[in-house]
Amino acid sequence: MKGMTFIVKKITQIICPIIFMFGLYIIVHGHLSPGGGFAGGVIMAGAFILQILANGKILPKLRKEEEGLEFMESAAILGFLILAGLGLLISGGVVFFANFLDKGELGKLISGGFIPIENIVIGAEVCAAIATIFIAMVVYKDEEKK
Amino acid sequence: MELYLIIILILMILGSIYSLNASDLLSAVISYGIVGFGLVIAFLLLQAPDLAIVQVVIEVVTLVIMIAAIKNTQSKIPKMEFKPKIAIYYAITLMVALIFVLIFDRVTGCLSQFGADTMRMAQPYIDGAADTKSANLVTGVVLDFRAYDTLGEATVLFTAVIGVLTILRIKGKKDK
Repeated sequence: MKGMTFIVKKITQIICPIIFMFGLYIIVHGHLSPGGGFAGGVIMAGAFILQILANGKILPKLRKEEEGLEFMESAAILGFLILAGLGLLISGGVVFFANFLDKGELGKLISGGFIPIENIVIGAEVCAAIATIFIAMVVYKDEEKK
Repeated sequence: MELYLIIILILMILGSIYSLNASDLLSAVISYGIVGFGLVIAFLLLQAPDLAIVQVVIEVVTLVIMIAAIKNTQSKIPKMEFKPKIAIYYAITLMVALIFVLIFDRVTGCLSQFGADTMRMAQPYIDGAADTKSANLVTGVVLDFRAYDTLGEATVLFTAVIGVLTILRIKGKKDK
């Protein structure tokens, strides 16, 4: 896959950080406004995909990126399980996903116990998963030819 | 509002029928996008912005991934010859569909009016989610007392990625 023209590359350069920040915003504010881990994670993956579509594939860089994304995905789902296990431990073996942190005040950014942390973990997992699927389709295609 | 919903539903049905009959896989995938984006507008009209955000982004990303998959393979659909055997299959399919429509018609007649029981079902959820101190009730439900569901969803995604990598990776990882 070749890259696109100069105009597309330049506009991608300007727009990509904004999309990425919007995804982060949706994840972090998931417990206050519509959205959450799934939606924000897919938006961040969209920023990755836009970058690859516009700039073409630079294979060594993409391979490295793919390894990092695989690690991030596995770490994120492990983190989610660890959160669940911590809830189980702290609640004394009763509730699997017990909300063990201080719940705070309704409507504040830091509130809702461990719901924001869960949102961040789920966002990382979804972002890494969808970006990995796309990168795998791009990278492994030309291994066939060799 | 129901009029808009009916128009959108008719558009979605037309789009899916076209995507079944398209001769090119690419146009089939793109016309299938009508279904997804129609669903986005339907979610917005039914006041579910959470679902609308997820649906619109997922629709775009899956469209991109599907087009990438089609570009890597062939885009023409092989022509199917008409054999007398196929006519029997069509007849069986039509009969089963007709029976299902009749049964659904009888069964939905016994139910109470659409939306009548919504608040009775939703009230315990609203009361419980208010306790989690999360201003977005959907997140409160999904990530607190139904977090086990979310764990399942994340596991499904994880498994899907492992499956894709296993199928697409031809050479395998080199030993270091």
